[in-house]
Amino acid sequence: MTMTAKPAPAPAPSGAAPGGGLLDRVLKVRELAIAVVLVLMLLATQLDNSAFLSEQGIKDLLLNATILVLVGVGQATVVITRNVDLSVGSTLGVTAFAAGEFLRGGGNPLLAVLIAVALGAGFGVVNGLLVSLGQVPALVVTLGTLYIIRGLDSIWFGSRQITAADLPAGFVSFGRDGLGALPYLAVLTAVVLAAAAYYLRNYRSGRDMYALGSSPEAARLAGVPVRRRILAAYVLCGALAGLAGALYLARFGNVDSGTGSGYELTVVSAVVVGGVAFTGGSGSLYGAALGALLLTSINSVLPSIGVSSVWVQAIDGTLLLLAIAVDRVVALRVAAVLRKRAAQTRSAHHD
Amino acid sequence: MPDPVPERTPVLALEGVSKSFGAVRALRDVSLALYAGEAHALAGENGAGKSTLIKTLAGVHRPDAGTVLLDGVPVVMHGPADARDAGVAVIYQEPTLFPDLSVAENIFVGRQPRRSLGRVDHRAVATAAAALFQRLGVDLDPGRPARGLSIADQQLVEIAKALSFQARVLIMDEPTAALTGSEVARLFGVVRALRAGGTAVLFISHRLEEVFALCQQVTTLRDGALIASEPVAGLTEDDLVRRMVGRDLDELYPKAHSDVGEVALGVRRLTREGVFTDVSFDVRHGEIVGLAGLVGAGRSEVARAVFGVDRWDAGEVRVDGRPLRPGAPSLAMSAGLALVPEDRRAQGLVMGMSVARNINLTGLGGTSRAGLMNRAAERSRAADWAVRLQVKYARLADAVGTLSGGNQQKVVLAKWLATGPRVLIVDEPTRGIDVGTKAEVHRLLSRLAADGVAVLMISSDLPEILGMADRVLVMHEGRLVAEIPRAEATEESVMAAATGRTRSAA
Repeated sequence: MTMTAKPAPAPAPSGAAPGGGLLDRVLKVRELAIAVVLVLMLLATQLDNSAFLSEQGIKDLLLNATILVLVGVGQATVVITRNVDLSVGSTLGVTAFAAGEFLRGGGNPLLAVLIAVALGAGFGVVNGLLVSLGQVPALVVTLGTLYIIRGLDSIWFGSRQITAADLPAGFVSFGRDGLGALPYLAVLTAVVLAAAAYYLRNYRSGRDMYALGSSPEAARLAGVPVRRRILAAYVLCGALAGLAGALYLARFGNVDSGTGSGYELTVVSAVVVGGVAFTGGSGSLYGAALGALLLTSINSVLPSIGVSSVWVQAIDGTLLLLAIAVDRVVALRVAAVLRKRAAQTRSAHHD
Repeated sequence: MPDPVPERTPVLALEGVSKSFGAVRALRDVSLALYAGEAHALAGENGAGKSTLIKTLAGVHRPDAGTVLLDGVPVVMHGPADARDAGVAVIYQEPTLFPDLSVAENIFVGRQPRRSLGRVDHRAVATAAAALFQRLGVDLDPGRPARGLSIADQQLVEIAKALSFQARVLIMDEPTAALTGSEVARLFGVVRALRAGGTAVLFISHRLEEVFALCQQVTTLRDGALIASEPVAGLTEDDLVRRMVGRDLDELYPKAHSDVGEVALGVRRLTREGVFTDVSFDVRHGEIVGLAGLVGAGRSEVARAVFGVDRWDAGEVRVDGRPLRPGAPSLAMSAGLALVPEDRRAQGLVMGMSVARNINLTGLGGTSRAGLMNRAAERSRAADWAVRLQVKYARLADAVGTLSGGNQQKVVLAKWLATGPRVLIVDEPTRGIDVGTKAEVHRLLSRLAADGVAVLMISSDLPEILGMADRVLVMHEGRLVAEIPRAEATEESVMAAATGRTRSAA
């Protein structure tokens, strides 16, 4: 295991990853594991109920996942920096309503989406500034903004409601239709996911987020602009929650001041199930997206195999604990492998 | 200061710099000039202000008074990024790596080579890291995560990081503490090459012979104040020690005679797969046994297993004849075993907790009643031990993290001595602490042995092993390869065994 025996391959295979090697293989395995669980679950359900994976069935699965995936991508970015954003549910609710109000007044649908995104990003700025400047735990700060934003929602909209009848037909059909089994919303979500994941992987500022989540003190000493990066992660998270709000409106057409309540916890579980470590610095956005897809799919799977939906929450919780247990076991195994490898290097060195 | 070329401008300099943290005056009116192509040593006991000075140069601290000069021009550095941009590379005493990132990424964080559209060129990152390791002559996979690297390997990654940007000023805070002889030699080779290329070097080491080997100029600090700044040529080690401690050292290795008694710690055929194999030895009451070997030979791992932190796969450990259960530190403690671990920051102390609380962590049973902690008992126990070990602190309630390295080490020792151990295992007891404290620790170990405690001392500091141990055990690649009595132990005989050149089996 000398360096000369292992030069960086020039025409390397696809997707040369950061650093390559063991680190990346483990991450890939972690994501692969979720994907395998997901596929097995869907196939088993299909065997039990052959109508499950029909065109409409697949479309429903994807549609159900889109909003959770979007918010999960933002949340995962924040969690990677060793922070958390609990205000995403409130942000989703208030941005959905704001977009709905704008559309009810005859506004342009595209502009409505942009308004939702900008509003969400604005909340992200507030969260990001409070967390990065205040040096207060993100959990507490965003718990505060969770209530404040929800409060604004109630003050602003009171007991009013928005229904599909208030919205332009094109906007509503955009939320429901698609190219065959592929809903427009899923396409949009996939594009956002790919862009965000590419950014985190291939840009210095994205790598900085992993670095500062892994060790904030080391990041400071290495000259990483810690505050700016944390702020950026929160702005991204807020903007995606805003986008998710607009898409929620398009998909369901029905928004009131309670929309998105409690959603933050679902998002956090999706992210953790997807292998993004709560201690920061590791995990990927694709993992988080797969975690979201897995959680929403369970909601569809259970009814179609005849299990009462009262089981959903208990199963989600079990999955969460299982995911953490698997992470722990994998971490121990990797440590053992590294140990053994070090021993080999040592003896090879001796020869 | 006699200067061959009087008009030279220092690359980086401090002028009349003072810095206080609360009531502690870490630096008082200190000046320092680093010239291109010159290696400058910074000497001083722990707590003398060396770390603060380095962090001031590195942009981490801003001076309360005085100026930082870059090429003779006063500058204000707002953070480490400013210093980095000015060409100042720092290797800190405690490695500051990102455990989740690959080794290659660790080296290039924030400075990754980029390709089109500002994207990070991952392949170039890996290649550049491999090239750096080759230059340092190190076997490290750039793709592996930094998590789980030994301290020596972490230090090597830090060194690679510092080399990776063509630094004009290279600051090294104890870079050699964890390195083996050959790694030190290679590092010095690289540093000399950099110096020849015009880099200014600031070097801190407690190994004075390294100061003499590498540096032309030496600045000595004591209690935050500048004592002397002078050429190394013409100085002796004794001169330097006298400047650092302000007095003559009676003796650095005060080995007292003690009566050796029964076997206190018996280890038989202890094995932990892939880590160490078939390790057997005894330590008797009243005896100091040195455990030598290169970094990574498995010494600390044996200590951890004996104490029950890690499990062992086969073998037996007895304390005063009674077998210990594997993997049970609390049982080991009640059997009279104490372990002062190698890494005091991560393993020995809770940095954010007070001095008193840290000392009492090992004695919660003795200072609590009906499950409730008795503050008064806790305070008096802590004060008692802190005074006995002459720990310098402002208040017992201060966080341990605010103390200097040497004083932190004393707190760890106090914490374990307070348990009244019959067998004391100390792992690198004087690493990174100053000469004065070192002598105190040695005196303490000697006194403990005289009182009948069995001491097992792991150390990479050969003079320490030779000066303090009654017998020297040597490990090489996970095996105990030699047992050398005090009379026959020399640098040559121990190093020969440690590097696997002789196999006079124990």
